[in-house]
Amino acid sequence: MASSATPGSGEDRRGIEAGAPIPTVAFRDVTKRFGEVVAANGLALEVRSGEFLSFLGPSGCGKTTALRMIAGFEQPTEGEVLIDGVRVNELPAYRRPVNMVFQSYALFPHLNVARNVAYGLLQRSPRPARAEIERRVAAMLDLVQLRGFEGRRIWEMSGGQQQRVALARALINEPKVLLLDEPLAALDRKLRRDMQIELQNLQRRVGITFILVTHDQEEALSMSDRVCIMRDGRIVQQGTPSDLYDRPVNRYVADFVGKSNFFAGTVRSVAAGAVRVDLDGGAITAARTGEGLALLPGDAVAVAVRPEQIVLARREEALPEASAARIAARVQNRIFLGEHIEYLLRSETLGEFLTLAPRRSELTERPFEAGEAVFAAFSPEAALVLGSE
Amino acid sequence: MRWYASAIYVFLYLPIALIVIYSFNAGRYAMDWQGFSIEWYFKAFANPFAMKALRTSLVVALWTAVLATIIGTLAALGLERVRGWLRQAFDALIYIAIMVPGVVIGIATLIAFVTVFDLVNPALAALIGGSAPRLAMGLPTVIGAHVLFNLAVVILIVRSRLAGLDRTLIEASEDLYATPLGTFRQVVLPLLAPAILASFLLSFTFSFEDFIIAFFVAGPDSTLPIYIFSSIRRGITPEVNAIGTVVLVVSLTLLIAAQFLLRERGGARRRGAAE
Repeated sequence: MASSATPGSGEDRRGIEAGAPIPTVAFRDVTKRFGEVVAANGLALEVRSGEFLSFLGPSGCGKTTALRMIAGFEQPTEGEVLIDGVRVNELPAYRRPVNMVFQSYALFPHLNVARNVAYGLLQRSPRPARAEIERRVAAMLDLVQLRGFEGRRIWEMSGGQQQRVALARALINEPKVLLLDEPLAALDRKLRRDMQIELQNLQRRVGITFILVTHDQEEALSMSDRVCIMRDGRIVQQGTPSDLYDRPVNRYVADFVGKSNFFAGTVRSVAAGAVRVDLDGGAITAARTGEGLALLPGDAVAVAVRPEQIVLARREEALPEASAARIAARVQNRIFLGEHIEYLLRSETLGEFLTLAPRRSELTERPFEAGEAVFAAFSPEAALVLGSE
Repeated sequence: MRWYASAIYVFLYLPIALIVIYSFNAGRYAMDWQGFSIEWYFKAFANPFAMKALRTSLVVALWTAVLATIIGTLAALGLERVRGWLRQAFDALIYIAIMVPGVVIGIATLIAFVTVFDLVNPALAALIGGSAPRLAMGLPTVIGAHVLFNLAVVILIVRSRLAGLDRTLIEASEDLYATPLGTFRQVVLPLLAPAILASFLLSFTFSFEDFIIAFFVAGPDSTLPIYIFSSIRRGITPEVNAIGTVVLVVSLTLLIAAQFLLRERGGARRRGAAE
């Protein structure tokens, strides 16, 4: 597992060996095939109780299949799915202590809001008393701020309200895990921001483990404790949002999580904590390499540099002494982002790259104009050497 | 609208309009207008033969509708799980059942019934003796033949609704701990209800107004259409027009109700899509 290198998860692993908490959900080498198509390939994962975990990836990467295997709508072809340490492969969806919020919400159109929310309680045997059900439905609708909507029909509600009904309908059952399948995809941008914050608050309040599936990296990074980045049915990397941002294992993750510039080059020499890489414009020294990447001189690599780690100046002498590279470039375009400005620069040797600069800094008392000649630099610590694929 | 389009409508509906209008004729002869009267309606309802035929028709239509709806709905649900060539074979048979002319169904079922009865009756007599029941044409044979051709209608209507059913609703129900039977009872059945009710009304109507098939297999009991047919051989009276108008009104009411139920579904879906 990629995250085992981070200090936090390293401690957890020791904890498990010492016989401490059982993960709420675990995948053990789970593979799912639909005929020829491998939707999930050797997934290994442990989700802690109370954690907010996201599966992040483009459509078709297997994230929804992973979620549906937890819910019980799909069965793994190989491997085991465990809930609270118990194998659930053979357990049908209606026996699993998990609930799902569907992308389309899947609210029952023939039932009103209160009956939709009460649905899960009504399936219990023995069935709870009527007063008990009413009390809990009312409490749930309070939680999602839909008190007074009990008698409404589903189609009379807005998208955001339907979303809350779907949440209440799932949470009223106090599941071990709440599964969320792209729950915010159908909402407009403003509402989506509000719901992100609301979901996060809700998760802290109810203390239930949340597993979210999304293709929206900003959504995954802003809400989750931990993110699993998926590609072609595999988990590429899992870790906290800052782990993924600061220490991507490969170019795919670096590109998917935040923005990154990639400069193609060839390894010249490898020493402890310093890799010399020949770029088109000259050699640079990079202090960091992707985890598990064994480099040899002559290897083709990509040097990843985050836009905000590139400093700009009007004069070359103004750039910091310890820069890994100094690049003469011209401003192609600039995008005003409030406190920051994003510049698209073009250098003769390295091509186009992005930088993110504060509006005012020690080096630039006024913003650069399009067409202006500038000097860019980044430190060896900002340069991360990754495989070229 | 072009004049010839109007002409087509006149051609189609003028005879029906005439029947309705002349059912209110005060005179003795159907086409000899003597003034407005509803007297023939009272006469029709006082006619014991007409009333017996009406009762027969209602019993046949009700049984047909009940049986065709239950069997057809179950068949539609079962066919939902059938895939491949078997499914295509069933689909083809269903469409054929709708397209086969009534005369063919009438003759075919008549021959089938007669053949079966000829085999079964001697066997029954041999087994039980002189008191053995003799199977013959009658209400059950009409109901059987009507169920046969209405099954296809029910299957098609219920299946189209089933195809439009959102699969995630079924998954949502399972996710909320409902067993497969619970999901069927609480989600699938209520969502199918309009289609099931509509197919009940359609089967009822088709059975109630059927003449051709009933004519072949009815035996001594006449249904209302058969009664009308036999009475016009003695000349068309305003009484026949009155009975015809009643049949028309009942059929139209049920058809409109069925249409309304099936349209409601589209409306709900449009609302859903607008969200």
